[in-house]
Amino acid sequence: MVPLSHYLIVSSILFFIGVLGVLLRRNVIVVFMSVEIMLNAVNLSLIGFDRYLNQHDGQVFSFMVMAVAAAEVSVGLAIIISIFRKKPTINLDEFNLMKW
Amino acid sequence: MEQFIFYPLSLVCIVFAIGVIVNTSPISSAISLIGMMLGLAGLFVLLNAHLMAILQVLVYAGAIMVLFMFVIMLLNLKGDDEDWKSRGKNILLASLSGVFVITLLIKIIGDGFDSAVGKPAALSETFGTTAAVGELLFTDFVLPFEVASILLLVAMIGAVVLAKTKLN
Amino acid sequence: MLSLTWLVPTFPLVGSIINGFWGLKIGKDNVGKVACGSVILSFITTLLILIGLIGLPAESRIYEQVMFDWIVAGDFAVQWAYQVDPLSMVMMLVITGVGSLIHIFSIGYMKEEYSYYRYFAYLNLFMFAMLILVMGSNFLLMFIGWEGVGCCSYFLIGYYFDKQSACDAATKAFIVNRVGDFAFLLAVMFIFYIFGTIDYTEVFAAAPHKLIYDGEIAIIITGFLFLGATGKSAQIPLYTWLPDAMEGPTPVSALIHAATMVTAGVYLVVRCNILFMMAPMTMMTVAFVGGGTALFAATIGMTQWDIKRVLAYSTVSQIGYMFLGCGVGAFTAAIFHLITHAFFKACLFLGSGSVIHGMHHEQDIRKMGGLKKHFPKTYFTFLVSTLAIAGIFPLSGFFSKDEILFHSLMDGNIFLWGMGITGALLTAFYMFRLVFITFHGESRVDPHVHPHESPDVMTKPLMILATLAAFGGLLGIPLVHGWHVLHNWLEPVLHIDWELIVANSTRMMEEHGHAAHLSHLLHHEEHHDAGVEVALMFLSVGVAITGIIGAYLCYIKYPKLPETLTDGQWGYEIVKNKYMVDEIYDETIVKPVVKGSRLLWKEADAKAIDGSVNGVAQIIGWCSKQAKQFQSGYVRNYALSMIIGFTILLLITF
Repeated sequence: MVPLSHYLIVSSILFFIGVLGVLLRRNVIVVFMSVEIMLNAVNLSLIGFDRYLNQHDGQVFSFMVMAVAAAEVSVGLAIIISIFRKKPTINLDEFNLMKW
Repeated sequence: MEQFIFYPLSLVCIVFAIGVIVNTSPISSAISLIGMMLGLAGLFVLLNAHLMAILQVLVYAGAIMVLFMFVIMLLNLKGDDEDWKSRGKNILLASLSGVFVITLLIKIIGDGFDSAVGKPAALSETFGTTAAVGELLFTDFVLPFEVASILLLVAMIGAVVLAKTKLN
Repeated sequence: MLSLTWLVPTFPLVGSIINGFWGLKIGKDNVGKVACGSVILSFITTLLILIGLIGLPAESRIYEQVMFDWIVAGDFAVQWAYQVDPLSMVMMLVITGVGSLIHIFSIGYMKEEYSYYRYFAYLNLFMFAMLILVMGSNFLLMFIGWEGVGCCSYFLIGYYFDKQSACDAATKAFIVNRVGDFAFLLAVMFIFYIFGTIDYTEVFAAAPHKLIYDGEIAIIITGFLFLGATGKSAQIPLYTWLPDAMEGPTPVSALIHAATMVTAGVYLVVRCNILFMMAPMTMMTVAFVGGGTALFAATIGMTQWDIKRVLAYSTVSQIGYMFLGCGVGAFTAAIFHLITHAFFKACLFLGSGSVIHGMHHEQDIRKMGGLKKHFPKTYFTFLVSTLAIAGIFPLSGFFSKDEILFHSLMDGNIFLWGMGITGALLTAFYMFRLVFITFHGESRVDPHVHPHESPDVMTKPLMILATLAAFGGLLGIPLVHGWHVLHNWLEPVLHIDWELIVANSTRMMEEHGHAAHLSHLLHHEEHHDAGVEVALMFLSVGVAITGIIGAYLCYIKYPKLPETLTDGQWGYEIVKNKYMVDEIYDETIVKPVVKGSRLLWKEADAKAIDGSVNGVAQIIGWCSKQAKQFQSGYVRNYALSMIIGFTILLLITF
């Protein structure tokens, strides 16, 4: 029997790995993928709770998360492509036109 | 019995996730991410959420990561971020957040969480099957379902508009 | 008849509005007709009201016409109401009567002016304000008229606004008046504080009950009222504006600075006679200031060479006599002198205006001489008025001045009488000096100037005024009991109930623990020392004739005598420069005030206040500058901020 807390620990470890990836990497694509890691971690914790409470709500929520993630990835990558046309770099630090 | 599958599988997920953020080449990161997602699908199966496991593989690993690969290959992105590990600030940040995570986890475990939700509830036969989830989707949660479809439509239009080449 | 009261100030107001707005359109003739017509209508209405007032029995000759409730604010209620009683009736007659004559004179005098309509609009507005002053039934309405005449005086003195000296004189008049007005306003506020009302009838009826005889409150109220009066009536210390006010057109000087506005202070004191009678210390001050000013101004008048300046100082001096009369309790004499002074001083000013007009605006008497043959009618009226002001029997000035001098000796003391009689000597001297230098002797006229007599529209008012100056004495025949018309007429207003005052004041003083010694007031009786009075009359006439002889000797017989007497005398130079009073005021008061204002402007206002307000804006700017560092443009910084916020939330909830 694996207690729920272990699933939650795994989920939070994955979440913070994703956070580290967003903060530390300068490559835009890798930052995006770190965001995906975070979303997946959330999915895991939702489904874990579902199993232990005998409900289906978490799975429906997780379904929505997946749909939103798909939409977000497509739009985000389209934005990266259009920025890339202006300035052929993927270094996040160089996208600073919105500076004060 | 369950632990023998859970611990190795979760270890796999964590290792691949670390691999995502550590790799210099974006392609390697993408492949690590696929690995992590497959591991997660396994965990979902362990939790009797069969539909979500299949959807994880189909949507995430199958569609989203393929899109990532396309973009990486389209823009011909090379890894030009090799020296990120050596920056002092990064190491500081990583260690600080590591410490933070560990304290948080200790708090969670130490809170007597297990006594509250210790034993998994008895599951029905049809738990986590497509029929069960689908029934919920079309009755109680039909509004979010429809809105999600509109969201996908809007995202599709947005992506097309944004990525289009200008016609000058 | 009496209900026509509201029309009296309204006619000039309407005339002023018509002339002010449509003056240029309706042409010079119509402007003159509208202006004079409105004032003459006022005069006729005043006569009708007089008839109505005479019809009432003597004790109840007060008529109040309320127009509307003006201010109603808690305890403070003021009505716009006109009060017609013997005193205001006298003032109204003088104002509208002499005013209409001066308006008619102005038609001729101002004929060549371009801004004809502006002059008449302001003159009518002045009449309105002056009538409000004398007809108001409470102190606030008087104050409105008070300020209004000051304002119109400013407008009219500065009529020739392209002359710097005229603008300066107008500003000076207004500002010096303002000092007096401030004191007046303090007095009115204090009256409201003590009495709870500012209506005349209520205040004067409550005065014996609320005020202690010779107590601090009475002295303070009357002291401030008198200070306001000195500002408006050009006494020491606030007289310096009057000589400079001669920059205005001569009819303005006649109306405002001889007959009406400068007498407003005297009217105030006479109106509040009960308050003043309860403050003997103030009365002594009033008498000494009046007498001192009479003497002081007469000495300056002896040395001036501008025809209008001489008359201006003469006005200051004569009003000093009126205050001298008030100060010793002879209020009837003061009003009598006010009336006769209005007649002969207006005649003198208009006469000088006629001369100035005929000499094409030459005002220096050293450039005149022998004008008798060029200005026969003007000369005759001028001579009559000068005899009146010198106090020669049987002209009007003799009766009024003599009454004041008699009361100053009987009810005052020998010093006051001494000041008065010396002033009379000097008055006769310098007035005849003026006549002799201007009209007699050899002609020193500039050959380019061709003097000519003035047209009828100017000489007819002179004749009327001269007649009034000659026969005005009939209003106050002394010695014969019951023949003093003015005294009988003003009796209801000047009546004082001494028993009531003594009883109340004794009671109030004993409540405060002081003993009261007021029984001497109950023996306040009329004086019937006929012998002393006749002797004083002969003395006054003798003094006046001495003055005339002195002037004759100095200016006709031995023309070189004045120069030999005054050549090199440092005293003469000081007197000629008006005792340097203007310069003293400038150094001690004006310059420090200007310096202080400049300091406040540059330091307090620009640096402190603007600085603090701008400083607030600058602090906000500085804060924004610090805050905008957050907008670095780096996505990762934003992500970091999000993570930090999220962890803080976590920590708080856990």
